[in-house]
Amino acid sequence: MASHNAENSEQKFLSQPHLLGIKYLTAADIRLILHSAAQFKEVLQRPIKKVPSLRDLTIVNLFFENSTRTRISFELAEKRLSADIINFSASASSVNKGETLLDTINNILAMKVDMVVMRHPQAGAAMFLSQHISASIVNAGDGTHEHPTQALLDAFSLQEILGNLSGKKIAIIGDIAHSRVALSNIFCLQKLGVKVRICGPATLIPRYLEDLGVEISHNIDDTLQWCDAANVLRIQLERQHIRYFPSSREYTQYFGVNKARLDRLEKKIVIMHPGPINRGVEIDSDVADSQQSIILQQVENGVAVRMAVLYLLAERLRKH
Amino acid sequence: MPVVEFSKVIYDAPKIAICIDRLCKQLIEVHGDFSTSVLIGLQPRGIALTQRIFSRLSSMLQKEINWSALDVSMYRDDFRHNQKYIEMYPTSISVNLDNKKVILIDDVLFTGRTIRSGLDALLDFGRPASVELLVLIQRNLSLHFPIAPTYIGKRVDTLSSQSIRVQWQEKDGIDQVILIDKKW
Repeated sequence: MASHNAENSEQKFLSQPHLLGIKYLTAADIRLILHSAAQFKEVLQRPIKKVPSLRDLTIVNLFFENSTRTRISFELAEKRLSADIINFSASASSVNKGETLLDTINNILAMKVDMVVMRHPQAGAAMFLSQHISASIVNAGDGTHEHPTQALLDAFSLQEILGNLSGKKIAIIGDIAHSRVALSNIFCLQKLGVKVRICGPATLIPRYLEDLGVEISHNIDDTLQWCDAANVLRIQLERQHIRYFPSSREYTQYFGVNKARLDRLEKKIVIMHPGPINRGVEIDSDVADSQQSIILQQVENGVAVRMAVLYLLAERLRKH
Repeated sequence: MPVVEFSKVIYDAPKIAICIDRLCKQLIEVHGDFSTSVLIGLQPRGIALTQRIFSRLSSMLQKEINWSALDVSMYRDDFRHNQKYIEMYPTSISVNLDNKKVILIDDVLFTGRTIRSGLDALLDFGRPASVELLVLIQRNLSLHFPIAPTYIGKRVDTLSSQSIRVQWQEKDGIDQVILIDKKW
């Protein structure tokens, strides 16, 4: 028989009205989101995978940048919570006619929208919006800055495998300079007491990153041996306007995670990737599809974590 | 003026034990060997009572019966309505409830709003053959919904300003039901 008496979270509500980045959350906020996500994950196993909590709320998904996973995951999370949703793509909107971000959003909010989920190519777009509108904002990725729900679902997935994350060692490997996932993951993992090491070519690791309290390494084999789990990031060629390394082949040779490298380790480590994967570049197919990889669990957990975020932010929108 | 709380024990440990014994016998009279029946405790305060009933029934019937926990927080009608934040607890219903006889269990029936939420939540796990309600304490004349328990431990007359607290040995160090009155 399953356990019915799991420990409850010590905090009952989020300290923030928006989710702009992990930087602005407290450790207790993160633990509350992860605790709530576990309850929502249970909802997703039920015969009827839907609860009525947000049935009186309208959420707009504003995507100014391409997305598959995050967009579908948010949309599913909103539908599972019974919210009304509007989907907006910049490519099919008046943004192409020269409308500003604020005008676009104020027009949408005039139609009585309660929450905004936004992905935008500019860092700080969600923060800018939060200073000008009253709706609750969820940052679904702003440029190379933050992707908070990805970091939360990564932490949730890791916690499922490794238990309490405090004191664990997690490596983030690859294109750190262009990754919003990296920064959110660093903030999130550190707030949960994790030791974080960054590994990649010197050209793809921003200067002063060690000021965040992370270890920096350029040796993939040493890093894989050190860590309990490795989060392998995509080489973001679309954001690279100069050449940061001579060739993809050379990158794969020095920093690619492959079976031979993992077989040389004395222990089995957990392999993560936020997707989309460049198979054969930062990670080989036989690793991505192996038992050690939790890539698809990350995607599955994404819905539960986003349900938790939306539910907890909605709870702050009082009726009276 | 500060609020002064007065409390009075209205049900002590021996009476609670006798009451649980009686409720179990009533359940066996209706549900027999529990082959198609499921006990479902409402989180958080119905769980301790459900565990007591589960262990008493198991020893009376000489077999383990099914029990589960149900959290109704996502179905509550006061979400975002007042300053009180709703806490979430685990739900663990591992059996399909299609054609099962469900006994919903909570410690106190007051307004009936939690039970209303519980009925909504329950139907997301299947279509039970029947749903009954068991409560340790029913507060008289306090219902906001037309909900009637099937099995009742004790009925008590209370004012809306008063509250009832059920305490359990495992959690509070003592089995007792207390009536709390606030006076200014």
